[in-house]
Amino acid sequence: MSETLLQIRNATKVYKQGKNDVVALQDFNLTIAKEPASIVTIAGESGSGKSTIANLVLGFIELTSGEILFEGRDVSQGTANEMREYRRNVQAVFQDPFGVYNPYYRVQHVFDLVVKNFKMANNKNQSREMIEEALNVVGLYGEDVLRKYPHQLSGGQRQRIMMARAYMVKPKLIVADEPVSMVDASLRASILDVMMRLKEESNISFLYITHDLSTAYQIGDKIMLLYQGTVSETGVATDVIDTPKHPYVQLLVDSVPKPDPNIRWEGEIILPPEEEMRTTAKAGCRFYPRCPQRMDHCKNNLPPLYTVGDRGHEASCYLYDEEVMAKA
Amino acid sequence: MSQPINNRSITETYENKDVVLDVKGLRVYYETPKGDVLAVDGIDFKLYEGETLGLVGESGCGKSTAAMGILQLITPPGRIVSGEVWLDSSNLLAMSEEELRQRRWTKLALIPQGAMNSLNPTMRISAQIRDVIETHEGRKRGDDIKERILELFKMVGLPGRIYDMYPHELSGGMKQRVCIAMAIALDPMVIIADESTSALDVVVQRVVAQTMLRVKEALGVSMIMIGHDMGLMAQMVNRIAVMYAGHIVEIAGVEELFYKPGHPYSQLLIESVPSLTERKPLKITEGITHDPRNPPPGCIFQLRCPFVMDECRSVEPPIVEIRPHQQVACHLYKEQEDGSVIDVRDIATNP
Ligand SMILES: Nc1ncnc2c1ncn2[C@@H]1O[C@H](COP(=O)(O)OP(=O)(O)O)[C@@H](O)[C@H]1O
Ligand code: SF4
Ligand SMILES: [Mg+2]
Repeated sequence: MSETLLQIRNATKVYKQGKNDVVALQDFNLTIAKEPASIVTIAGESGSGKSTIANLVLGFIELTSGEILFEGRDVSQGTANEMREYRRNVQAVFQDPFGVYNPYYRVQHVFDLVVKNFKMANNKNQSREMIEEALNVVGLYGEDVLRKYPHQLSGGQRQRIMMARAYMVKPKLIVADEPVSMVDASLRASILDVMMRLKEESNISFLYITHDLSTAYQIGDKIMLLYQGTVSETGVATDVIDTPKHPYVQLLVDSVPKPDPNIRWEGEIILPPEEEMRTTAKAGCRFYPRCPQRMDHCKNNLPPLYTVGDRGHEASCYLYDEEVMAKA
Repeated sequence: MSQPINNRSITETYENKDVVLDVKGLRVYYETPKGDVLAVDGIDFKLYEGETLGLVGESGCGKSTAAMGILQLITPPGRIVSGEVWLDSSNLLAMSEEELRQRRWTKLALIPQGAMNSLNPTMRISAQIRDVIETHEGRKRGDDIKERILELFKMVGLPGRIYDMYPHELSGGMKQRVCIAMAIALDPMVIIADESTSALDVVVQRVVAQTMLRVKEALGVSMIMIGHDMGLMAQMVNRIAVMYAGHIVEIAGVEELFYKPGHPYSQLLIESVPSLTERKPLKITEGITHDPRNPPPGCIFQLRCPFVMDECRSVEPPIVEIRPHQQVACHLYKEQEDGSVIDVRDIATNP
């Protein structure tokens, strides 16, 4: 018996684009334990590789190198049976619930499909009970929503229905790729709350993909911040956001506008033009072109993760390498 | 590093300055087979000289429609049902298309939602800005126009070398700044920026937001900033108008709105701003909204309001000034004969 639910080892994904290959993800490592269930946040700006991780875990794209293990088994080597199990155990919730629902079908249809695909019920009654139970878990009732068409529901309700659909299959992991980014702030809390409850009451872990640090701060356990396909900093979400150590993460946290008119941004930041043109660093630290604290050593060496605090707080930056700093 | 540009006193008020834009009773409806959608249903507000007014609200509440209505850019199935938009002592809504055309860009410039993605992909950046200038001012000598465009680039922090580039060669943040450069090209009195930083990553968003503030200060223009990110509003605006389902339910100074929101909907908006400093219990509210074709009589917010009373279901709440710089449309606030305002919840709890 393995103690890990999901393990990603040295995962690299390169998109071939003629001469200019795009390294979307480089040597990425992640472990999610089986117990207790947890919400692991993958955060970063657009193009940082977040969705690439989601798509790899969901099997939509293939690794260039590295491996993904689920409960200790390599998911690319599974038998047909194991693959079916994997697809049941790992469910997905995406950004735009409109995109997932066919506008011509009622909500009922979304659930009927799941019951059919996973052969979950022997008769109509059993199926009805399962659907009702799943809806109740996300705070909805069948009589209110099942007969409705997607456009008759709010964005928050649609997204909770997607959570109910994922929950019904009784998965061990839900990959949630930007599930609240299209939902208005006043309705977001109900979705985040469902995620928290599924974790606590049903022992379902989440791979929570977002560009928004504040929701990760509110509900996340561990966080991994990506910058151009590499992990810049990781640790307990509140630790990392309260005391960011990597210069990029410091800039990022500092740039989130504070919802208080008396706490204003301090100073202006200037983006170097190279970065604006998205000339990706080919060697060395990916943040080198923008880093206010860069050293010569950073130019040609890719920093590993250094321990910078408690509870697994690590940052990939040479400022935390004693030898490099002694020489600098 | 230059001076912080956003450290101005925020209690600074603009209400004794001249009114540059006065919107009165604006209504814009969209025709659908099942009846009109009342996208903007009677909004009133003033924009004062030099101020930045935020217009906030959830997606679909009518912010962009209001902006398009003010500029008379509504096209079918939309139509302006009623209202007046006073700019520079003339009513835009009573003008001919030619008169309007002369005022757009020169007096009133709009940066539409998604503008950076609607730059012409086949035209060089410089040619697109040149087009805006020459359409209004006639043809110019090549050297003069180049100098002027480079000057605009400088104001918005763009490097001169993008002069001959095409939109696809620029990052999102740079394209957004090209749009700002176009908006200020003819030195307008008012700029309306619709979700101009929304699609950008947070660091780039900050750079663009700060560019806008700097340009605004330098030119002394007045600005309406449309958005839904309350954090960004706190950083950028002097006053905020809160919209809900086609209505403005509160207009207040940014401090009043953030520290003492008056309308129950504003309170909800402020409470649901996610915090990066404190892990707090999630505030869950239901999102039942009415059919936008068929709003209930009385208060527009009644279906979601935790304080709804009988009166709210039949009488539309009037605008009450609950304290200086803060106007709220809600029955919770009653103006007394002596001009003071009471909150009916205080009477209910302390009889
Ligand atoms: N199908 C593809 N072809 C080529 N490049 C791609 C493709 N999908 C993603 N990329 C590139 O991979 C990088 C990471 O993308 P992505 O995983 O989508 O990041 P995010 O989810 O953070 O936006 C980006 O540079 C992106 O342009
Ligand atoms: S008028 Fe009534 S329903 Fe409307 S916001 Fe005020 S209390 Fe709520
Ligand atoms: Mg993505």
